[in-house]
Formats: sequence, C-alpha cells, structure tokens
Amino acid sequence: MWDFSILIDYWDDFMAGLGRTVLASLLGLIGSLVLGTLIAVLRIAPFRILNVVGTVYVEFIRNIPLLVTVFFFFLGVPALGIAMEPFTAGTLGLIVYTAAFVAESIRAGIQAVPSGQSEAARSSGLSYIQTMRSIILPQAVKIVLPAIGNQMINLVKNSSVLAVIAGLDLMYYADIINLKTFKGIPVYTLVALFYLLLTIPLSQAVHYMERRFAKSN
Amino acid sequence: MDFIGAYSWPNLRYLLQGFWITVQVAGLSILFSFIIGTVLGTVRYARVAFVSRTVAILVDAIRNLPLLLIIFFIGMILPQAGIRIPTFWAAVVGLSIFEGAMISEIVRSGLVSVDKGQIEAARASGLSYMQTLRHVILPLALRRMSPPMVSQFISLIKDTSLAIIISLPELMRNVKILSGSSFSYVIPALVFASLLYFTLNYSLSLVAKRLEARQI
Repeated sequence: MWDFSILIDYWDDFMAGLGRTVLASLLGLIGSLVLGTLIAVLRIAPFRILNVVGTVYVEFIRNIPLLVTVFFFFLGVPALGIAMEPFTAGTLGLIVYTAAFVAESIRAGIQAVPSGQSEAARSSGLSYIQTMRSIILPQAVKIVLPAIGNQMINLVKNSSVLAVIAGLDLMYYADIINLKTFKGIPVYTLVALFYLLLTIPLSQAVHYMERRFAKSN
Repeated sequence: MDFIGAYSWPNLRYLLQGFWITVQVAGLSILFSFIIGTVLGTVRYARVAFVSRTVAILVDAIRNLPLLLIIFFIGMILPQAGIRIPTFWAAVVGLSIFEGAMISEIVRSGLVSVDKGQIEAARASGLSYMQTLRHVILPLALRRMSPPMVSQFISLIKDTSLAIIISLPELMRNVKILSGSSFSYVIPALVFASLLYFTLNYSLSLVAKRLEARQI
C-alpha cells in the first residue's frame, strides 16, 4: 500500500502535472491582479454607474461556485462556437473568479487609509496620481499584500478544478497514474505532498507579512 | 441559445433535483463542520500538551490542501483500501473535514480575541477554567465569530459543487449532463444554476452583514 516507487516510475507525469498546476496558478495570479485592479478602480471611481458595475461583478461572482465560471469557458464558450483548450478555459475561469476577491482586497486596502491622509497630500499640492502613488498605495500595500498572498494559496488549491475538465494539472495526471497502477493511496499521498510543498511556504510568507505589518503600525 | 426549450419543466426539475442534493449536502456539512470546528478550535486554543500541537499540524495540513483532492480521496481512493462510503456521504465527510478545519481557525482566533481581563475576572470570582471557558470566553467569542463563520458557510455551499468529481448528482453535475444533451442548453443551464446559488448565498451574506453591524 505504501509503495512510493511510482514516484520514480511516473516522475515525468508528476512533473508535467505539477508544472501545469504552477502555470495555471501564476497565470491566474497575473490575470486576476489585472482584472481585480480594474474592478477595484470601478468600485471606488467617482461615477455611480461604474460603482454599480463593479459591485454587481463582485457580489455575483463571490456568491457562485468557481465551477460555474470554469464551465462558462469550458462548456458555454464552445457552445457559442468558439473552440478553447480545457487548460485555457480553466485558467480563464480561475481568473474571472479570483478577480472578484482580489478587487475586494484592493478596495479594502485603499479605503483603510484614513481620508485625512489624501486630503493632507492634496492640500500640500500633490496631484491625484502623486497622492495615490506616494501616500495612499504604500500604506494600502500593508493590507493588500497578505490578502493577495492568501489568494495565491487559494489559486494553487483551486487550480485543481482543472482536473474536472481534463485540464492536464496535477490532479488530472494523478488520475491517469492511478488508473494505470491502481495504487491510489500512494499516488494521492504524493499529490497531497506536492500541493503542501506549494501552499505551506506561501502560508508562512503570509503569516510573516501579517506579523511584520502589524508591528510597523 | 434556446432559453424556452432549455427551461422546459423536465429540464428545470432535473436541475432543481440537483439543487436539492446540493442543499442537503451543504446542510449536513454545515452542521458537522461546525461541531468539528468548535471542538478542534477550542482544543487548539486551550494549549493541552501534545494534543493541541497535533491538532494544529493536522488542521494546517488540511487547510493547505485542495478540497477536490480530499473529496476524491474519500470517494474514489479509499475504496481501493476496502473502505467504501456512499457517494453522498463521501461528499459530506470530505466537506465536513475540510470546512471543519477552516472553521476551527475562526473559532480559535475568536477565542484569542477575548479580552484577558474578562478571563482573569472570571477566574478571580472563583470559576474553574472549564466554567470560565463555557460561561465567559465562548459566549463572547461566538458573537465575534459569527460573521466570518457565515462567510465560511457560503464557501461551503459553493464548494459542494466539487463533489462533481465523484459524480454526486448535485447541481453542477446535472448542469453538465443537461449541457451534454444540447449545445443550446449550456448557457441557460449555467444561468439558472448561478441564480440558484446566488439567491441562497446572497441571502446568507446579508445575514452576515447584519451580524457584523450588530457588533461593537
């Protein structure tokens, strides 16, 4: 039952899956940072209609499962006549889903900076952009960075939904190795260790940031 | 896209049947994960030699694993070792373990946040440690824990969809099957499912907001 020689026998498969899991998580992070920042800007912009668009996006996505956004790209987009690789569909689903959470973290970070700070900066003659860059954002980062770290952990874990749509990730390859060898327990124990190898250092980094930033306040 | 055909009564009934399974799995898992989370969180907070340490390591490991892996392991891999659990219960067990670990952290940080003076006062008034925990620390902490706890239950409801990996006939699995019968059903089925999840979860999030407002 605890025959771990499969790690050596199926090394290439494990690594291929791990690579895709890391790739999906990284693409997910970059994509959701871009989209999330955009939505955060919509939510705090001085135009009511933009606020509504941002709020609807965040509230809707936060209350539906990740699998819905993934299925939208995996089943919905092809049904509209646009072909898409499962890996691409899964990664796009991850981005659209995670962006809602990233947007909320960024918004919370910016709004946590007391309004006196920006008023003081503006009345000292700094422009809006300068105020954002030198006064607001450096302070907001303390709140946003640990939250983004948590989203990265979630991305690594959530990327496993790729397995549902044959997206070539770690869980998908684990299934293939399991079907070939029927040694599920060691296969999935190894897969669990691979995930922990990715997520535990990230959790430690988040804890470290939280403690550092708590002290500096 | 064919909304009228997609929303014929047999199709809607099929999706609603899936939603009913989703609700059942979620309800049971909320109950069990609440119990597991409260016990584990309290044990970790109480600093019982060795036991708290073991719980901490276990909880941190579970929290850092994908839930999909846990559900698949219980539903598909344990049978290889002769442990067979019906699909429905495999989903409930997997969700309860994972969300229980998540909730234990909410419980622990709620307990940690209770003012030390309250505990000292209770002990000085002659309450035992267990009495202090039951009558002073837990009630105070519970009030503070309730908003994050409700958010966690919303995550749990969304996470029930991961049981698709063990072919539990819940909502998303039925969406997938229905989508397979006609291309034109895909988007309408996804829209309907989203609305069901959204209605349930958004109502809960309003409850969470209410609870948050009641604080302070």
